[in-house]
Amino acid sequence: MASDVTRFNIQTIDGVTIAKFIDNRILDEATIQVIGEQMYRLVDDHGLRKVVLDFEAVEHLSSAALGKLINMKKKMDAAGGQLGMCSLRPELLKIFKVTKLTKVFNISASVEKALKGF
Amino acid sequence: MSELMIYNQTFASDLHVSADIQKEIQELWLARGMSDMDLPDMQLALEEGLANAIKHGNKMDPNKQVTVECFMNEDVVRVVIKDEGNGFDLNEVPDPTLPENLDKPSGRGVMLMKAFMDDVLYNDIGNQLTFIKRCTFDS
Repeated sequence: MASDVTRFNIQTIDGVTIAKFIDNRILDEATIQVIGEQMYRLVDDHGLRKVVLDFEAVEHLSSAALGKLINMKKKMDAAGGQLGMCSLRPELLKIFKVTKLTKVFNISASVEKALKGF
Repeated sequence: MSELMIYNQTFASDLHVSADIQKEIQELWLARGMSDMDLPDMQLALEEGLANAIKHGNKMDPNKQVTVECFMNEDVVRVVIKDEGNGFDLNEVPDPTLPENLDKPSGRGVMLMKAFMDDVLYNDIGNQLTFIKRCTFDS
């Protein structure tokens, strides 16, 4: 998997895939496009059904990136899988709260807490 | 200190050029000591404003231009972004926080700008955006 999912650090814990964003800025369109495609690949090509997106490294996120995350959630739901998110910085969490996407995504404070949801 | 224009650029509707423009403006803000608290908010608003102008205003038409201007006085930053599109009515933008819109992947740019800026204004036809924020600068 590592060869085609280069924008994430991937590890598996107890059958759950932790996909950790490498980029600290997910703002510009080119970056968002690549990250989106690689994220979708986790579900579509690699068949993963239990995924936690780890945002520890991410400092900035735009509305276009939110769109990719929403599409990822839809893909996972359609595949009967489960998607979690964790380790969002306060400024990132504010974006999810303002847009009320905290109602859409299952957001945990840490990887350990996210794993308990599976 | 009276308001000074620190940046003025007109460019073709291209998201890669937009990324370069953003870097130039951010370097100007950093050179003036914009605080770590304000910089992420300003970067977000700049990205959202330029992306809207290129994608929704000019419909990605490379023959249409976007103009971005940045003004500063001692503690207020004002950015004006103008596109060559037909504009839009802000009141007709669907509320992305309504339950029926929550899972739609677009339509959150203006909301984020409003959340992070002190003021977000459009001209009457909706093809010129102004956002304003009081910022802290390390002198």
